[in-house]
Amino acid sequence: MTARTAVRRSGPAAAAGLVAVLRAEWTKFRSVRGWVIGMIVAAILTVLVGVFASGNASIGCGSRPNGPQLTGKACLPYIPIGPGGEAVSDSFYFVRQPLAGNGSVTVRVTGLSGRYSDGNSQASAAGQGPAMTPGLVPWAKAGIIIKASTRQGSAYAAMMVTGSHGVRMQDNYTGDIAGLPGAVSAASPRWLRLTRSGDTVSGYDSADGRHWALVGTATLAGLPVTVQGGLFATSPQYLKIQPFFGGASIQSGASQATGIFDDVSLHGGWPAGRWAGLAIGGGNRADYPAQGGGYRQAGGQITVTGSGDIAPAVTGPGGGFPSSTIEQSLAGIFAGLIAVVVVAAMFVTTEYRRGLIRLTLAATPRRGRVLAAKAIVAGAVAFVAGLAASVLCVTLGVPRQRAEGLYILPVSGLTEARVFLGTAAMVGLAAVLAVALGSILRRSAAAVTAAVVVVVLPFLLAVAVLPDGIANWVLRLTPAAGFAIEQSIPHYSQVSTVYSAAGGQYPLPPWAGFGVLCAWTAAALGLAFVLLRRRDA
Amino acid sequence: MTRVLHAEWTKLRTTGGPAWLFGAVVLLTAAIGAAAAAATRCPAGLTCPVDPVKLSLTGVQAGQAVVAVLGVLVVSAEYSTRMIQVTLAAVPGRSAVLGAKAACVAGLALLAGALGIAASVLAGRLILPGHGFAAARGFPVLSLSDSLVLRAAAGSVLYLGLIALLSTGIAALIRDSAVAIGVTLGLVYLFPVVTALISNATWQRRLERYTPMAGLNIQATTGLRSLPISPWAGLGVLAAWAAAALLAGGLALRLRDA
Repeated sequence: MTARTAVRRSGPAAAAGLVAVLRAEWTKFRSVRGWVIGMIVAAILTVLVGVFASGNASIGCGSRPNGPQLTGKACLPYIPIGPGGEAVSDSFYFVRQPLAGNGSVTVRVTGLSGRYSDGNSQASAAGQGPAMTPGLVPWAKAGIIIKASTRQGSAYAAMMVTGSHGVRMQDNYTGDIAGLPGAVSAASPRWLRLTRSGDTVSGYDSADGRHWALVGTATLAGLPVTVQGGLFATSPQYLKIQPFFGGASIQSGASQATGIFDDVSLHGGWPAGRWAGLAIGGGNRADYPAQGGGYRQAGGQITVTGSGDIAPAVTGPGGGFPSSTIEQSLAGIFAGLIAVVVVAAMFVTTEYRRGLIRLTLAATPRRGRVLAAKAIVAGAVAFVAGLAASVLCVTLGVPRQRAEGLYILPVSGLTEARVFLGTAAMVGLAAVLAVALGSILRRSAAAVTAAVVVVVLPFLLAVAVLPDGIANWVLRLTPAAGFAIEQSIPHYSQVSTVYSAAGGQYPLPPWAGFGVLCAWTAAALGLAFVLLRRRDA
Repeated sequence: MTRVLHAEWTKLRTTGGPAWLFGAVVLLTAAIGAAAAAATRCPAGLTCPVDPVKLSLTGVQAGQAVVAVLGVLVVSAEYSTRMIQVTLAAVPGRSAVLGAKAACVAGLALLAGALGIAASVLAGRLILPGHGFAAARGFPVLSLSDSLVLRAAAGSVLYLGLIALLSTGIAALIRDSAVAIGVTLGLVYLFPVVTALISNATWQRRLERYTPMAGLNIQATTGLRSLPISPWAGLGVLAAWAAAALLAGGLALRLRDA
């Protein structure tokens, strides 16, 4: 310890302001070679483990008929990008006509039926595709849509009936608002209406065609004067998740939905023209089990059959293609956290072991300042190490994931910055927590263990040991909730897939989870402050 | 050797830390196990993919951290107080010192583990049937007379003993308590987390089979066919890690100045 000079430099004890104390603590930190090396080791460990973990996805996607086994990038279909910059699914059957200016479209839906394959394709005769069972998947959709163009990923707003989520208004892939509940049938039809006025599209629904309720209003920036409007049907893949201890078995297969419409009418500036059918997307997604579709017009009735989805792309089995997220490269943060916690705890406990704490407290009788200075120094150093490590992890890990054939779901620069800075802040907070625990417990081994047990162990229990229900509570209540700050793709309830912490989906939103970690850290610091003032050093 | 053992046991017995840690192992193991059992329910009509024995023994995951502290402190504390020089002057046979320390701490860990795990099994026996894990639904009441439950429970006690040996060896190698405990907890906690997060099945299997986490397969009583490694072989892997750590620690103790 070469701290004595620093303390002397800080001048008369009583006058030492926080800045002087900070400088003293910083001098202590940087002059102990082991601690500086420890922080560097933390960053290096994070990067090594992170890059190892992100490079180990092995992706295969079967083979094309009479072709070689497909792996890696060859598996990836064309993935459209939505207006918000996110990767999306955009395949459906579209019965449309161009509509110029403002107006509205109204329709009555009298039925939604479907069929799906449960993935056990042995039952079907060879070459005829998988056997299909009658039934609807929860997010099968049929309704009316107004879309900027027929290009995949273009802006849209739609009113629809769904398999088991009632009437919904959805827009621009991520927007989802609930309308009338219940299933649609000939006995209980649903009326849907979309009204365009400039850039805004309003959705209405009705159970009788006379009393209408506004479901929602979407603003589609830059919507062209002439849009494509009409009827659509689509149906995401069937997914059955059977959990067993330590994992889950997943059955998935193609599905198809058929909507029955009548009383299609156009109002406002939209003259009734001829309907024309068009399959959007579909065949170009190599492994997305789209079944194509079509439409039939007889009398006043139009029947539309489609397969696919109009929704944000997600990871997991519901995603339809092998995808990952930027934070999947950050698995090494756990190795780094343990190293950071060791250094931060030692930053306090070494003073107790050597008796230096008495000198420190003699130099700065306001003990709170000493604790604050130690927390700030350890937290800041850990923050810098965490930031460098997380940026490096993603920079090195993402190309490795791509090379393995994973599609990295794109996120905005702001989200990326939040993931980096949030991860760094989480590492910083863990250091502050370790400083607090070090001050409370005074023993290195006890402080390090306490910090690891409250931060890393709950995460381990949640992802690898406990059943889902309590695992989610563990990730809400313990300091491990803070890992939510790494989540770059939000939970989309309108897409069925496996949402789990191991897959990067946390039960709390990013900042709420981070807040839980902050609260724990603040509580530990508070206790440390009280004890430091009350106890003899 | 008996006298060395007696001396080490006296040190353990008469310092305050080990007694607290002993209590903490028992309490944490039992409390976390009971909490996990209390928080899990199997609603009627669902098939629950839960191994009730393993669930009741969840507390071992937390208890092992305290056992690791015990194992580290029995060595590192002597280095921080320079007591080690007195110890080695009194007993020049350095392997005997480390052996005695390891035996004492492992004995303590086994005893604490036995108490904590007995309490966990009892808690599972009392709590789980009321939460849907009833005999009528294929979840027999937890009982140590069931050979699978006995193997899981006794194996978990041995697991904690091996963690004590592992951490003692690491502490003899590293000396500093904070770094030694960091390394031990890293070995114990890091591999399962990384295994859960990577998606390569080959590497997952390697980590599950050859790192200290293999030892916890001893707790499995369902899905035995799909285990990455058989229960006793898994415990053997952990024993190999502990032996390697003790060997390395013993060599370091012999070769280095104290």
